[in-house]
Amino acid sequence: MEISKYLHPEATILQMDGGNSEDVIRGLGDKLFSLGHVKDDFVDATLQREANMPTGLPLEGSINAAIPHVDIEFVNSPALGLATLKEPVTFYNMVETETEVPVRLVIMLALDQPKSQVEMLRSVAQVLQNTALVNQLMEATSFEEVISALK
Amino acid sequence: MTNGPKRILVACGTAIATSTVVAQAIIEAMKEKGIEVTTRQCKATEVSTLVKEGFDLVVTTTPVPDDLGVPVIQTLAFLTGMGKEEAIEEIAQALQT
Repeated sequence: MEISKYLHPEATILQMDGGNSEDVIRGLGDKLFSLGHVKDDFVDATLQREANMPTGLPLEGSINAAIPHVDIEFVNSPALGLATLKEPVTFYNMVETETEVPVRLVIMLALDQPKSQVEMLRSVAQVLQNTALVNQLMEATSFEEVISALK
Repeated sequence: MTNGPKRILVACGTAIATSTVVAQAIIEAMKEKGIEVTTRQCKATEVSTLVKEGFDLVVTTTPVPDDLGVPVIQTLAFLTGMGKEEAIEEIAQALQT
């Protein structure tokens, strides 16, 4: 799947233990920053956006996801960060912004141009809609397992 | 009633990520139903202004004002897959009235 091209071992945090939604966003965002994909204010801007316009998504199976992201001006080049969490952290629902969503899969999107990453976004949505694949990702303990699940 | 493709304003938080997925999915789903549509993506904060340019429907993944004067469908179905058939039906219905 297209999504694999944008993932990095450094920005893939598997079976994260403890923390809250801010820790996950900081964890992934800092990695994308060290990789040069995003600017230094990306993390703060993403946190702020998450507070105003949350990205939590209740999914079909038992695992829910969040797709934190922010305006293109904070991004240098497109990339994805991925985190799986042992215990759910609280995000808020994208449509019902007062409703809590217990999230165990976080896919952080760093996008640099509107419409330029359509295929990548489409494959992110395909992952979210595929319960079996989400479960596979949740069980992965290495970057290689993530990539092979996404093949 | 105007002729030509129906115009759908697709709103999300940043007008980059979510609305891209949603707009693509709507175009494909409506094509299968034989309904020709064009979409324009925007931020939720731009909806009130842009809708005045003449749209038949607003589809949004984030809350927008409810006094827009055109039908508004709020749905995450094109991202999560849940309730997708229903959302497609709802959109088709809204465009045909």
